[in-house]
Amino acid sequence: MSEPTAAPRPTALHKIHEQAGANLVDFAGWLMPLRYGSETAEHTAVREAAGLFDLSHMGEIRLTGPQAGQALDHALVGHLSKLKTGRARYTMLTAEDGGVLDDLIVYRLGEEDFLVVANAINAPLVASTLATRATGFDAEVVDESADYSLIALQGPKAVEVLAPLTDADLDQIRYFAGYEHTVAGVPVLLARTGYTGEDGFEIFIRPADKAPEVWTALMNEGAGHGLVPAGLSARDTLRMEAGMPLYGQELTAEITPFDAGLGRVVKFDKGEFVGRAALEEASRTARARRLIGFLARGRRPLRKGQDVLRDGAVVGRITSGAPSPTLGRPIAMAYVDGDLDTTTGTFTVDVRGRGEEVDVVELPFYQRQS
Amino acid sequence: MSVPTELGYTAKHEWVVIEDGIATVGITAFAAEALGDIVFVEPPEVGGEVTAGEPAGEVESTKSVSEIYSPVSGEVIEANETLEDAPETINSAPYEGGWLFKVRLSEEPSDLLSAEEYTKLIEGEN
Repeated sequence: MSEPTAAPRPTALHKIHEQAGANLVDFAGWLMPLRYGSETAEHTAVREAAGLFDLSHMGEIRLTGPQAGQALDHALVGHLSKLKTGRARYTMLTAEDGGVLDDLIVYRLGEEDFLVVANAINAPLVASTLATRATGFDAEVVDESADYSLIALQGPKAVEVLAPLTDADLDQIRYFAGYEHTVAGVPVLLARTGYTGEDGFEIFIRPADKAPEVWTALMNEGAGHGLVPAGLSARDTLRMEAGMPLYGQELTAEITPFDAGLGRVVKFDKGEFVGRAALEEASRTARARRLIGFLARGRRPLRKGQDVLRDGAVVGRITSGAPSPTLGRPIAMAYVDGDLDTTTGTFTVDVRGRGEEVDVVELPFYQRQS
Repeated sequence: MSVPTELGYTAKHEWVVIEDGIATVGITAFAAEALGDIVFVEPPEVGGEVTAGEPAGEVESTKSVSEIYSPVSGEVIEANETLEDAPETINSAPYEGGWLFKVRLSEEPSDLLSAEEYTKLIEGEN
């Protein structure tokens, strides 16, 4: 865990955020934009036009060498050696007992070259765990987090904003693909990934201090398309509407991928890997809990940590909750008892002693029309 | 940040204006800006009593829940019902359409801050 005593670290885009009037907060040891103006307007801009996010706090860990893929197969739950160059995969790092230590996106940059993108708070742990687990493989693990800036361009207008600024043919970059390209003349890893439920790109910039050039070029190009800078507050409500888990909330070391409804990321057809025995057991046995969605009938926001009741008895707890700008009502994700019949009964959430009526809904809350 | 000169203020970022023994209460532009988009308001119950310095309701933003402290004592005679469907009015018009509730004073309020004093206070917090 990071020590909260040190002053939060600014990103390479700090001056730009200050000039834009950002409300900056300490997030996982980084000084990050929470919002620039109205977070609801930023959220809506991403759904209807486009938003630009500074995600430079995310961790980037590089694995290179003839056995880099095999090392990742052993260290993570996914089958990464099978990944084609230029493609990306959502995967997880678990403990020996199957508990989730982080959720990750792994990019295969070359035959012997992988980039693992970790949550900021977990990046040091992911780097050290990968290094330990790569022992005995012909692979080198380097934490390159400090070398990279990361900018995400997300929203239905992302392609239009980016196309004039890049050498890439964006039609050729599929979802969960990433290649070396240039944006605004800067060499980057350009990936079609995101955490908003919209089409968009994540742009990995190395060296980190080239980020302002890319940011400014995108903002200038996007001005006519409704592009706005967007902060972590909008990012959180966007990912919540898209039903995407957040480490520390839906995913923790006490939760297996199967509990979270993400058992599909665990690949058993790849030989031995850390956590295999526990995860096989978890895949066979009935789940102790499962993740479901709630939509409130009233307007009072639902929040993380609040108890969920069915007919007055506590059956679960909210892991993420917020007013949904798209739906116009509060939404929440919650773990409930695994064998709970959610099709009957009256569900309420205990909001500081008051029972707010909610309805069980299918996740995700929002899915873009493609 | 606007701090209208004709209003009284509290250190907890409420404003109050008193006319004919009736106080109208809201939260300041500084508070609204610090909270972010207001998404829910729970005003005190009409007919109930509020006490100066005591919690009298809640405002919730995307990220937080905050208590409203009444700057005055007395009986609540009206709550701003338009905030139920349009809580964002507190962000757009904190001193006008975003007022929260009205109180028939049971006693004259003491130790309200002037606009000048409140401005100094928020400059210190910035």
